[in-house]
Amino acid sequence: MSDDRGDDRRTIVRDGLGVGIATGAYGVSFGAVSVTSGLDVLQTCALSLLVFTGASQFAMVGVIASGGSPFAGALSALLLGTRNTLYGLRLAPLLDWRGRRRTAAAHLLIDESTAMSVTRETTADARLGFLVTGGSIFVLWNLFTLVGAVAGETLGDPRDLGLDAAVGAAFLALLWPRLDRPLHRWVAVGAAAVAIGAVPVTSAGVPVLVAAAVALLAGLLASGRPA
Amino acid sequence: MTWLAIIVAGVGCYLLKLAGLSVPARVLDRPVVSRIADLIPVALLAALVAVQVVATSDGGLVLDARALALAVALVLLLLRAPFLVVVFGAALCAALVRLV
Repeated sequence: MSDDRGDDRRTIVRDGLGVGIATGAYGVSFGAVSVTSGLDVLQTCALSLLVFTGASQFAMVGVIASGGSPFAGALSALLLGTRNTLYGLRLAPLLDWRGRRRTAAAHLLIDESTAMSVTRETTADARLGFLVTGGSIFVLWNLFTLVGAVAGETLGDPRDLGLDAAVGAAFLALLWPRLDRPLHRWVAVGAAAVAIGAVPVTSAGVPVLVAAAVALLAGLLASGRPA
Repeated sequence: MTWLAIIVAGVGCYLLKLAGLSVPARVLDRPVVSRIADLIPVALLAALVAVQVVATSDGGLVLDARALALAVALVLLLLRAPFLVVVFGAALCAALVRLV
């Protein structure tokens, strides 16, 4: 590596912190949405500390808000959490952590920490991007979750504030960057239709899980063709 | 019961992350596996949007302020607004619709 390495590392830290602050701040929306879904402040903070992967957390409280059992919510959270497994598979050779360090770093494995490390060329740079991004999000996400939860609980009826509508918007915003391919757009439309069709005939929380079958089917049928 | 579900989700999501860092990457070499894995978040998030916006807590379907709020969110996304603006813009829209 050349001797402008120090600058590179400063850039990696700066970029990581930028993404960390932007992402951590929307913990406030999770906190507010979670308490209006019927969880208390402590449960909301526990979700951000323990689950620590935004889409899964929103899915879990979304299912609970629509009257589903907490376990149907947890199942949706786990299904969404499978994408972190894929990130890990891609990052493992690059980050090259073993033993206790790998066990600790795994908790920070999310969309943003992956994005800020997967393109680095050396293990040292990848680790730096991963830790700065994941670490700053972890601190801020939990802090802002608490702020949002306390604010949400003191603000009164969530429906008057439109917070029930905020959940759908949050899911759409999380889905948006994934709609970059025709196959993904078709799967999104198909899954939404299947879920709506399942609402009147299944109990709450189940329609979302049924819709996962669309992904399975599309993945199998699209085999042999480029994605 | 909610606490137990929180712990199940927390431990499960952590193990999914750890598994990714620990399992040999060969699993991903199968195109079907990687394609389905790519599509699962798309299907789940789309289903969550749909259910969140039109389902009622007693298993009915209804178009109300939430659908209008989602349309606002869609416009904001097309305008490349940041995440927080999209989420709270939609909430504001629903709150205003319910005021009138």
